[in-house]
Amino acid sequence: MKKLTALALAFAATLAAAPAFAQDTLAKIKEKGVLTVGVKNDYKPWGFLDPSGKIVGLEIDLAQEVADKIGVKLEMIPVIAANRIEFLRQGRIDLMIATLGDTAERRKQIGMIEPNYYAGATNVLAPKSAGLKKWEDLKGRKVCAVQGAYYNRRVSQVYSPELVVFPSVPDGLNALQGNNCVAFLFDDTLIVSTLSGGDPKWANYEMPLNSEDPQLWAVAVRLDDLDGAFGKLLKDMSVEWHKSGKLLALESKWGIKQSPYLIETNKKLKGGS
Amino acid sequence: MSQMIAAFFERLNDTQGLNFSIFYDAFDRSRFLTGLWTTTYICVASILASLAIGLIGVWIAGSGSRLGRLLVRTYVQFFRNTPPLVQLSFFYFAVGGVLPTVSDGFGGQSPLISGTGWAIIAFSLFAGAFNVEIFRAGIEAVPETMVEAAESLGYTRFQLWRQIVLPLAFRICLPALNNNLVNLVKTTTLAYAIGVPELLYAASQIWSEMFNVREMMNVLLVVYVLLVGVLVWIMHRWEKAMRIPGYMP
Repeated sequence: MKKLTALALAFAATLAAAPAFAQDTLAKIKEKGVLTVGVKNDYKPWGFLDPSGKIVGLEIDLAQEVADKIGVKLEMIPVIAANRIEFLRQGRIDLMIATLGDTAERRKQIGMIEPNYYAGATNVLAPKSAGLKKWEDLKGRKVCAVQGAYYNRRVSQVYSPELVVFPSVPDGLNALQGNNCVAFLFDDTLIVSTLSGGDPKWANYEMPLNSEDPQLWAVAVRLDDLDGAFGKLLKDMSVEWHKSGKLLALESKWGIKQSPYLIETNKKLKGGS
Repeated sequence: MSQMIAAFFERLNDTQGLNFSIFYDAFDRSRFLTGLWTTTYICVASILASLAIGLIGVWIAGSGSRLGRLLVRTYVQFFRNTPPLVQLSFFYFAVGGVLPTVSDGFGGQSPLISGTGWAIIAFSLFAGAFNVEIFRAGIEAVPETMVEAAESLGYTRFQLWRQIVLPLAFRICLPALNNNLVNLVKTTTLAYAIGVPELLYAASQIWSEMFNVREMMNVLLVVYVLLVGVLVWIMHRWEKAMRIPGYMP
């Protein structure tokens, strides 16, 4: 019994050990001379590996700009959906620009920078032969997905597919190619760019459903930083990205179809100034 | 009772911020129980299959056929000397992709063997390769004189094995076998990589949505301690039941 109590205490101790942070992240970054940013490296063209193995993409350009603005070097840490929020909370990264959907539940955990820099919605990638017409067609069928994505829970509760969830996007896409599932559940932005990429592998695939559950993407910092100097700097930069048309220009640079959200926000912010 | 537990953990979350969602959220609980069931199922199936593979392998390796011996050696080298995660991915992504498909009942096609099926196959072959070697060690430790005595009484090879060599060899190799089977239970977490809904997979689904990584990590560790505990308890009972007073091991 004594042993059990000791064991229970040990577990309780690991639970209670909440991470503690010093306050001024911006000053710390300047002192270190390095800005550590969590990015995706499997999400073409927002963050992906170019043939030489370097991480490039729309989000990487944004990260570089933040580093330049502060006047420090940029260090990129590849993250995946399932670990990125913990990485940020534990201080392994100072900033996250990793196709993160802005949800109320996540807002309790980390600080979302507004205005949001992008918007996507949920859809599936499926072979044309699967003949999917509506979301209800997914019921009871195997659907591949990626861990930690916000829409997994909603889609499985509303349409009850049998989700087969993989650690990363390439694993999920491989499984789809291997007929391990009838469709791949993902953000429509990635699906559109995969389909329009001209890869013959995807010639017989389509995005058959109506996109659902539109979701804003946010640059994220720790909650403590949201109203601090670091958060303030990022908010100002985000406004500027929209106002100056920088984000729209980056879209065309990386061959992404102009998103209605960006056009609208650009107009709104320009009109307001 | 179950309502009281749910209420307790809900309060724990509200007041202490310790979010054990599997005890009060029905959706999370059902995912976690599915994970527990899948892990148990994969463990039992691959333990039984790996034991069968070990026995058949060591039988062939000890037979007169040179080709048989060569095959078993190749199999052991291949599966013992490559990482189980690589084997699993190889079966699922490479072999699974070229196998014929069957109708999925919706007018589409689905693969012949599911992710769970591949996990059982891969883990059975992986642990089976070790079992071949473990059984060989046990068999080689059976005194030569005992085998000769049985042969002189006119035992056939099968009778000799069934009645004399295996019963003794089993007792000798049980500790090593225990080790390998415990390892097998822990290896099943790798099935996570191919989307098999086992425990680690279920837990990571939950923590990526509920943000309760620390809580779920603790739950996972405790559950695995219990799972392996059950296996070790069964094996010890068996070891005890098979003990021959006065015999060496």
